[in-house]
Amino acid sequence: MIELTNITKNYRMGKLEIPVLRDLSLSVDQGELIAVMGPSGSGKSTLMNILGCLDRPTSGSYRFENREISAMTDDELASVRNIKIGFVFQNFNLLPRFSALKNVEVPLIYCGVPARQRRERAMPMLDKVGLADRMHHKPTELSGGQQQRVAIARALVNNPPLLLADEPTGNLDSSSGSEILNILTGLNRHGVTIMIVTHDRDVAAICKRIINLKDGMIINDQIKI
Amino acid sequence: MSNKVRSGLTMLGVIIGVMAVILLVAIGDGAQQYISEQLAGLGTNLIMVIPGKTSASGGFHPPSAGTVRKLTYDDSLALKRRAWLLTDAIPIVFGTGKIKYQNMSRDMGVIGTSPEYLHLRSLFVEKGSFISQGDVDSKAKIVVLGAKVKEELFGSGNVLGKVVTLSDARYRVVGLMHKKGTSLGMDIDDNVYIPVTSAQELFDTDQLFQVMASVPRAEDVDQAIAQIKEILIRRHAHKEDFTIQTQGAMLETMNTILNVLTAVLTGIASISLLVGGIGIMNIMLVSVRERTREIGIRKALGARNRDIMAQFMIEAVTLSGAGGFIGIVVGVGLALIIPLFVEILHTRISAWAIILAFTFSATVGVFFGVYPARKAALQDPIQALRSE
Ligand SMILES: Nc1ncnc2c1ncn2[C@@H]1O[C@H](COP(=O)(O)OP(=O)(O)OP(=O)(O)O)[C@@H](O)[C@H]1O
Ligand SMILES: [Mg+2]
Repeated sequence: MIELTNITKNYRMGKLEIPVLRDLSLSVDQGELIAVMGPSGSGKSTLMNILGCLDRPTSGSYRFENREISAMTDDELASVRNIKIGFVFQNFNLLPRFSALKNVEVPLIYCGVPARQRRERAMPMLDKVGLADRMHHKPTELSGGQQQRVAIARALVNNPPLLLADEPTGNLDSSSGSEILNILTGLNRHGVTIMIVTHDRDVAAICKRIINLKDGMIINDQIKI
Repeated sequence: MSNKVRSGLTMLGVIIGVMAVILLVAIGDGAQQYISEQLAGLGTNLIMVIPGKTSASGGFHPPSAGTVRKLTYDDSLALKRRAWLLTDAIPIVFGTGKIKYQNMSRDMGVIGTSPEYLHLRSLFVEKGSFISQGDVDSKAKIVVLGAKVKEELFGSGNVLGKVVTLSDARYRVVGLMHKKGTSLGMDIDDNVYIPVTSAQELFDTDQLFQVMASVPRAEDVDQAIAQIKEILIRRHAHKEDFTIQTQGAMLETMNTILNVLTAVLTGIASISLLVGGIGIMNIMLVSVRERTREIGIRKALGARNRDIMAQFMIEAVTLSGAGGFIGIVVGVGLALIIPLFVEILHTRISAWAIILAFTFSATVGVFFGVYPARKAALQDPIQALRSE
């Protein structure tokens, strides 16, 4: 499903080029549940952003479902983000002025779904994450765990095959955190490929594969048997 | 809430601009219409001959004794007799005088003229009769009073046959005019009419203020002017020491002046629209900055650059469009109300001014929305997501 070959990412700081990802190669199969770990600054978020088509690698090849991502135009990348990839952030990133329902509808706007169908598709998503009764609440009227569940509903509303979660439980207490994890593992059982960035050993423990990053390189990639 | 206040204040610039454009155009158009109507009320195809020559360069040289022959009553008679294209050639002497009756006196306009004046100016006699040709020939000391003059001197009493004093000469009242109102700022009812010959005596002059002539058919105006010129030049020792004005030319001059005036005022009003547009740009730039994170989120969820662009363009155009709409409503409202309170202002609301103002305000929205919207659309999603 995902094939990264010799990916590098440099950030330019004035005249200095700082390498953040160095010659990184990785392949991910459909249906995997992967934890990405590593010390702070090791390049986990950078990797996720590239996988999520939010950022482009400095060099190397990224193939997603056999299509070369690095050759795509901005509009094509936007379409991939919209249809193929769900993103869950550490800080939820909901639109503060919109209700939970409207937030879940946003991805559907950008693939041209008419307003009524958007509602019809967004409501069962909120139901799935257990927030049917909080549909019309604004993000500020929801707890952190509830906000993250709205974000997951939003990430899934277009039925993407890949879900990327960058420290999804990082801002949550342990009980909301484990609720989120339950939802994610449930999704994985239904065939969604999931990659979770985490510092939490307990989170990593439920994943079948753990990738360890350090200084922009994969130092350990183990699959539990 | 504070967002609504901000949007309202931003729109205010556009509202004022659009309102000003509509109002000023309405006033300009109204003035133009008023003047055309008034001039049309003077009778169609009117030609006026006045003494003195307006040179080709536009300057007017008033007649000066000795060098220039005057325009005389005989000139008017000659025109009447020989210029066959003209229906009449009416001699006019105009001045102001003091009229007295018993212990009452007042100043008014004195028009010395001939019987045809009545028809030419579409005036009507209420009681008695107007000046007759016999009165003109015999320099009769008779006077016809305007409605206002009569009312103020005599009240509701009978006036026919009464004798009034006009600048020390005694005149017998033979007629009373029907009420007419004002025309081009002159109160017609505040005039009295006497035979042109008597007026020349009264004002101690042997010349005319002007000769008014009318031509039945508009096509004949040019030829009639040629006739007048030919006749008068021969009578004036082969000098063209008079000026011929036509009503059409006067109307054109007036319209040109008013058009320029309207254009200048509209231009000034447009500047406020422009300023309103800059206000929109300013507020849109603030909005883009405040919502950088929202832009990042939308992009992460699949918004293309053009989707973000469209979102902010719609916002800018909505602001200017709503401002334009309110401006039109207020402008039209004021254009309807103002004449009720300020009598000398006449307004006419024209569709083109409304369309122009609205198109302009929408264009302002597009023009000043593009830059902020582009700025929003070209944000890097990662940077935008990181922003606070
Ligand atoms: N826009 C940028 N400009 C310059 N350097 C950057 C930029 N973004 C990230 N970096 C650098 O890249 C490195 C990796 O950052 P990244 O966010 O991927 O780390 P991370 O593994 O996600 O860390 P954490 O666990 O703290 O989230 C860091 O050293 C960071 O300073
Ligand atoms: Mg990170």
